[in-house]
Amino acid sequence: MDRRIFLKGLGALGCSAAAHPLLTTVSLAEGSSVLGDNRLVVIILRGAMDGLDVLQPRGDAGLLAARPRVLSPGTDLDGFFALNENLSGLMPLWQAGELAFVHATSTPYRDKRSHFDGQDLLEAGTGADLVPAAQRDGWLNRLLQALPGVGSETAWAVGRQVMPILTGPALARNWAPDQDLAVSDPARALLERVYSNDPLFYAASATAFDLAGLEDVEGKDIDLIASFVAERLRGSSRIAAFSIAGWDTHRAQIGSIRRPLDRLQRAVLQLRDEAGTAVWGKTVVMAMTEFGRTVRENGSLGTDHGTGGMMLVAGGAVRGGKVYGAWPGLDGASLYDRRDLMPTSDVRDWAAQAMAALFGLDRGLLEGTVFPGLKMEAAPGLIL
Amino acid sequence: MQQEILAIRFGYGLPAAATDPDQMLAALSGPDLAATRWPGPDQASIAAAFHDFQQARRAKDDVAKKAAQVAALALATESAKASFARAIGSEESFRERLVAFWADHFTTTARNPMNKPLTGLMVDQAIRPNVAGRFADLLRAATTHPAMLVYLNQDVSIGPGSPTGRRQNRGLNENLARELLELHTLGVGAAYSQADVRQLAKLLTGLTVEPGAGMIFDPKRAEPGAETVLGVAYNGEGINPILEFLEDIAARPETARHIAFKLAVHFVSDDPDPDLVETLAATFRDSGGDLSTLAKVLLAHPAAAMTKQKKARQPQDFLVAGLRALGIGPEVIFNANGRSFGRIITTPLAAMGQPFRSARGPNGWPEAEADWITPQGLAARISWAMRVPQRLVNPLPDPRAFLQSALGGLAGKDLTWAVSAAETARDGVGIVLASPEFNRR
Repeated sequence: MDRRIFLKGLGALGCSAAAHPLLTTVSLAEGSSVLGDNRLVVIILRGAMDGLDVLQPRGDAGLLAARPRVLSPGTDLDGFFALNENLSGLMPLWQAGELAFVHATSTPYRDKRSHFDGQDLLEAGTGADLVPAAQRDGWLNRLLQALPGVGSETAWAVGRQVMPILTGPALARNWAPDQDLAVSDPARALLERVYSNDPLFYAASATAFDLAGLEDVEGKDIDLIASFVAERLRGSSRIAAFSIAGWDTHRAQIGSIRRPLDRLQRAVLQLRDEAGTAVWGKTVVMAMTEFGRTVRENGSLGTDHGTGGMMLVAGGAVRGGKVYGAWPGLDGASLYDRRDLMPTSDVRDWAAQAMAALFGLDRGLLEGTVFPGLKMEAAPGLIL
Repeated sequence: MQQEILAIRFGYGLPAAATDPDQMLAALSGPDLAATRWPGPDQASIAAAFHDFQQARRAKDDVAKKAAQVAALALATESAKASFARAIGSEESFRERLVAFWADHFTTTARNPMNKPLTGLMVDQAIRPNVAGRFADLLRAATTHPAMLVYLNQDVSIGPGSPTGRRQNRGLNENLARELLELHTLGVGAAYSQADVRQLAKLLTGLTVEPGAGMIFDPKRAEPGAETVLGVAYNGEGINPILEFLEDIAARPETARHIAFKLAVHFVSDDPDPDLVETLAATFRDSGGDLSTLAKVLLAHPAAAMTKQKKARQPQDFLVAGLRALGIGPEVIFNANGRSFGRIITTPLAAMGQPFRSARGPNGWPEAEADWITPQGLAARISWAMRVPQRLVNPLPDPRAFLQSALGGLAGKDLTWAVSAAETARDGVGIVLASPEFNRR
């Protein structure tokens, strides 16, 4: 932990750091020995990413028929699928076996195709039988609840967007790296003295003063977030979640999908670069979305809300260089509701498989508590 | 000091118009002056926006649809401004705090732009008129309000054996039934079963909304026959069996205890004095759920006057108290343009962890101090305290005088020292607002 700012504050106050009665308690709580040494990062792609344009099934004749105008240029991956050119920066990961995809996957959410409900269900991790408003906590929070003794530093929700996936009774930290702390050095020193009488305020402010020191990182918001997450993963944190929005490409999709894809690519690359080889080797990043988009392009050069989607999985702990999931086909009879990609797997199944492999969790916990009602049946092997 | 504590614990802090229990209670029995002085959007204008939206949808007119959504969002903002103006401007702070408590108890949020104005409408129509009345009346008004019916999916719940259910092959949605028992009345620990939830869901069928008209009872959706909830059979035509049930459930001892506990936790302590809870529960039972009697007992209990401040002010509470302490008039907020309202209120609120009228679930906002005084939440409070006052008040008050007017005798020694040691008025005022003393209640 960087105590630079904190010490500077005390110095400005002119009192001796060693004499401060609470100084020794100012440290982030121990991370998790319960979870072991592996790391899981979940990125929620808000707005419904068009899996068909990101991981393009060019080997399926139905693709060009349904998408004569709405298909970005792509680079071949395996003779059947091609990768959207806006993610070409991830090709080295694919070649190194650190990047995989799951196609035609979705939550159990069907038919109403509302972003809000779809995201609620994705983050609650429950089946379609529970209406979203009845779901109180997110699946990553339930994972923490099931593991007594995890440290308060174990899990982070990062960014300004509320992350229901980590919300619930178990303690998960949250921080928006662009949260500034508009306080002068002398005022900060005075506040430290004022807070020293109240342990709750003292602990919260010490972390805040510490984290706000990261502000001078260069770059866009997503770089700040990824960089912040990487730093936590190098430390004692094991779980992090953040979101990338902007996927609701109803019109002029080829242009409008560039920006979110760029953000996704930057996030993955930054996580890899800043986590360092050893930590990256123990990390899995899963980027998932609430549902896919229509197979057929619409009248405004975009696509509308669909069903089956796609998940991107990256990290040194991934068995990559492969597209997972059964391909359902794009002919009319194979589609869901004759319009959407048919889901052939449950997105929760892959997340459960990853958590089982990374954290040694047993099936009963995953199927009973983390994802109540899930039946794990996806082919194993996604995680090394 | 005891009067200062009461104004902070049960009001929006100092300076306060009413600081003793009698004054605070007397205000409750009068008319709702604040709602009249700072009105929110009325039902007609909200209905008009709905109407425009539906017409646009039928005509497949995207531009008109968007315009109706923009109009609905503007109405929601108007309602938000009214809500803050009332809290800041009203001399009856205790009433405003009770409104906030019950609005949270009966949380509704909107899932699309067109429903955004409904939450505020429900506060005006169902909550405000009933905070000093009978709990049963409040429960009925809240349960049957369109905002609640839509939020908890009652509008899509159809008796499977009803004419509509049989024709469309549609069925029950248990959401409202479950939350009515678990959150609004008995409480989650009480002795009711899934069968009770199911029976209640059937009993509630027929209750739905009609755009423009609000709540209606549609007999074609109502499950035929009697339903038995908690051992009592409800039978009969129309909405009457539902109203009977609401009257019965409001009088249950489990409901009394649940409401007593929530009041004690919200106003006094996350870990409340058992005698306070028991006294409130007994008062609820003996008075037939009379909320003004309950308020009187709450204010008179010794636990209400303890000097230790065990709660953290929630972000909304913090902003209102801060603006009041700074002497910002309600008109500044009521008439603010969208940008400054966002800068002063809504953006900081979200950064502090309490985006306005957007609680994550029907259980409302958390109460525990640790849920609010987080690194992120406190950083946002500090930034607001350091940055916003100088935008609104020129010149800033002398920090030492500000400390006295905002906290009176509650300021600790270190805070008093730090405020006098601050090098600028901006820092001094900011330190007062960011202090534990100001952020607790």
